[in-house]
Amino acid sequence: MIPELGHFALILAAVVALMQGVLPIAGTLVRDAQTQVTLQSLARPTAALQFALVAFAFGALAAAFLGNDFSVQYVAQHSNSLLPKPYQFAAVWGGHEGSLLLWVLLLALWSVAVAVFSRSLPLDMVARVIGVLGLVSVGFLLFILTTSNPFERLLPAALDGRDLNPLLQDPGLVIHPPMLYMGYVGMAVAFAFAVSALMSGRLDAAWARWSRPWTVVAWMFLTFGIGLGSWWAYYELGWGGWWFWDPVENASLMPWLVGTALIHSLMVTEKRGSFKAWTVLLAIAAFSLSLLGTFLVRSGVLTSVHAFASDPKRGVFILIFLAVVIGSSLTLFAWRAPRVALGGRMELVSRESFLLANSVLLVVATAAVLLGTIYPLIIDALNLGKLSVGPPYFNAVFAPLLVPTVFLIIPGSVARWRDANLREIALKLRWTFASALGLALVLPFALGGWSIGAAFGFFLGLWVALGTAQQVLARVNKPGRIPASFWGQHFAHLGMAVLVMGITGVKSYEVERDVRMQIGDVVTIAPYTFRLNSLDEVRGPNYKAVRADVQVLRNDKIIEILQPEKRRYFSSAMPMTEAGIDSGFMRDLYVSLGEPLDDARTEWSMRVYYKPFVPWLWGGVLLMVFGGLLAALDRRYRK
Amino acid sequence: MKKVLIPLALFIGLVVFLAVGLKRDPREIPSPLIGKSAPHFTLFTLEGGDAKFSPSDMQGQVWMLNVWATWCVACREEHPVLVAFSEKNQVPIVGLSYKEIQPQDPAYKAPFDEKLKLARERSEVWLKRHGNPYVTSVMDMDGRVGINYGVYGVPETYVIDKTGVIRYKFVGAVSPALLAEKIMPLIAELNKS
Amino acid sequence: MNGACALSVSMVIGCVQPMAFAQATAASSGLAAGREAPLMAEDPKLEARLVDISQELRCLVCQNESLASSHAELADDLRQEVRELIRSGKSDQEIKDFLVARYGDFVLYRPEVKPLTWVLWFGPFLLLGIAAIFLGMYLRQRRALAVPVALSDEARERAKQLLKG
Repeated sequence: MIPELGHFALILAAVVALMQGVLPIAGTLVRDAQTQVTLQSLARPTAALQFALVAFAFGALAAAFLGNDFSVQYVAQHSNSLLPKPYQFAAVWGGHEGSLLLWVLLLALWSVAVAVFSRSLPLDMVARVIGVLGLVSVGFLLFILTTSNPFERLLPAALDGRDLNPLLQDPGLVIHPPMLYMGYVGMAVAFAFAVSALMSGRLDAAWARWSRPWTVVAWMFLTFGIGLGSWWAYYELGWGGWWFWDPVENASLMPWLVGTALIHSLMVTEKRGSFKAWTVLLAIAAFSLSLLGTFLVRSGVLTSVHAFASDPKRGVFILIFLAVVIGSSLTLFAWRAPRVALGGRMELVSRESFLLANSVLLVVATAAVLLGTIYPLIIDALNLGKLSVGPPYFNAVFAPLLVPTVFLIIPGSVARWRDANLREIALKLRWTFASALGLALVLPFALGGWSIGAAFGFFLGLWVALGTAQQVLARVNKPGRIPASFWGQHFAHLGMAVLVMGITGVKSYEVERDVRMQIGDVVTIAPYTFRLNSLDEVRGPNYKAVRADVQVLRNDKIIEILQPEKRRYFSSAMPMTEAGIDSGFMRDLYVSLGEPLDDARTEWSMRVYYKPFVPWLWGGVLLMVFGGLLAALDRRYRK
Repeated sequence: MKKVLIPLALFIGLVVFLAVGLKRDPREIPSPLIGKSAPHFTLFTLEGGDAKFSPSDMQGQVWMLNVWATWCVACREEHPVLVAFSEKNQVPIVGLSYKEIQPQDPAYKAPFDEKLKLARERSEVWLKRHGNPYVTSVMDMDGRVGINYGVYGVPETYVIDKTGVIRYKFVGAVSPALLAEKIMPLIAELNKS
Repeated sequence: MNGACALSVSMVIGCVQPMAFAQATAASSGLAAGREAPLMAEDPKLEARLVDISQELRCLVCQNESLASSHAELADDLRQEVRELIRSGKSDQEIKDFLVARYGDFVLYRPEVKPLTWVLWFGPFLLLGIAAIFLGMYLRQRRALAVPVALSDEARERAKQLLKG
């Protein structure tokens, strides 16, 4: 009964979303003032109603999972009665159909947020923005209803479910997709603002000021979501990798890169009224990349460890949807953008030009990632064969593009608006440059060996960190209130610096030992010693495991006990490895249990890793998220 | 006016590629061996004793090489098709028993002669039960010959011409439709030359 | 291994069943004095080279994993094959060519630089160059700009009317 109600709620939601999409925008096109207001005022209530209906549907699906209703096919495919309750809930978005429902729920949530936090916006703008969001919602709801219904019944009902993929039975599943989707979907708001501006012909600094906090918040979630995904892969997969340039990862990185460019471009539009067309284009691009990502992940055109079970029929629908949404917005752009007035004057060297360079570099980097991701597809489509584009390509092409982008953070944030002097900037930064260089040349020796890559990476990170500190100190010593966005900017940049240092440190200095261990054996990676103390059999709620007890010693004293496991879930033939990790400020110690090497199971293969600077990866991401939060909370926007 | 159309134009191009891509299978790997000589090997056959087989033994004939194993589920699907095919036509099918003794098998660590004996026994039992479409079957115990032939999944089927050049490769279970539409016409053509 | 222990698995969740007899207590000194565990690899230098090469190769049966990290059976076989090739003195390029001859370009994660992949390898940098040129041109144009006036839609309409006649 409840699944059917949920299904019905979705149908109603699609109808309401259609009303939300069409009526308020119609209200901006009619002549009669009274009708205008009536129709436009429908924006907020329809958004609220749609959200309520989708939330009900989501609740119905969650109830089916938590109630072990295996007569619902989706539940039977992704859950199990032995599955712990938190994972039963998270399993709602563990598969294609449910994750789409999460998408739609979050889209409706963002729409309601716009409805609530838009008191100071003119009604016609609200109408257009919520209208656009409504149209996007209709597309997704139709997609769910026609090709991906999570409420399909399985008759006769299964006795028990197939269980959630063991790799997904982890806290990561509970938090990573919702955060990531908040980011993806949040870009729809910036998109809606951009399309609204194109529709109304009113593209000015005020529009940029309204768009910016929404974009920053979406960016924050996206940053957090990507970081969580990376962290999850790191501790879950057992060999400590954290980025694989997998198509699905790229699908999340691309909107992030363009989103970053968009935030910086909005700054210029807000301050000087310049770059309007470019900013609008970036906003369209950011959400387009979100949609493109959805397509790539669910259509089966690319192989990926993350891909949902793919179905070309679904692919066709998403592609058509993609084509309609992006095609029409780009057509609108081509039609309306030339009318947009020019901005102000600016010099060759000015903060504007630095920010424009930032945009260009990030967009080229995005293009590189996109090119690498779909190149195999293009070559295949042209019947020129099959090739693979993997990490070696992306590392070779992406890193050189990011280096100038990161380097320019400091001169860019120091430069004056409209007219800056390169010599003046250089003079201001000379001590920072020298310190960063000096430290970067020396640091590798302290860490275990000199390499040009390490020195270069550390220089880049230190340059941004010290440059940021310099600017903060200079500002703090001046009178006057410091806006939250100032702190936001510098925390975010600092986060980037920390991330760069983290990547440099881990890539240059990590140590891996692949060994065979018996009880009592040790592995030494100075200054730590890892000792296999015992091997035990352990029972979990839905698995059996062998757990190794590994003592971590320093100066002959136990500082930590790590317990890597090799699990066999009842529902799956695939053995799963749970790493034992000790995280410190400067390093991770990571132990992973392999296979038994003899019949008596007294000797096991194990991997022991010393991973310096890994916590800086997560720390950098968190700093960026924090910076975004501060920026979004700036008083200017809270009106 | 023209510059603003660039994003739209690029996007349309992208959509076209994606649309074409939907019809492709990204997991299908075409073989670079088409048009090249079938890699040489000498392996023990199923028959037992010291009998061996090499591709050169088939010189002058058009023949098919079918990669199979008793543990392979999809092979069971295609087997009746192959058996029926072998009864009707005059194309010799040579089987390649691929890694019959798997790593999980306790016999995996046994000496080669024991493994070979066990593999032969299992294969014979299986072929007796399901039918034997092969003129002979060679035992690729460690999969090295498979690697030379670019085998990455079981079953796989090759069509090799009179001069020993590989003309066609199919990955997956052979269906009657495939035989009728692709393989038979090709064999007919190769037989003419 | 203690057979009785293995069989008598308790039904209590999270129970621990010791498998081995010897369990060291958490005494302080002497712990680090155990046998240094031998490496899995028989020849560490060879293994290191194997890892370097196989990180650039694709596991053919996996959903996008490198040959270095895959646990698939074919991956094991191919890694063994690469080991043999390293032992027989082949260079990295020869090993890659060996695999490409059998499996095609698909097996390389680093696409070869050839006419088919020029767009891939040089495209981004070409794009950067073009963008930089456009950027320069744009900024030069902006430099010479007088401060313009933004026209609203009505004003534009009026101007159009006026210009018409």
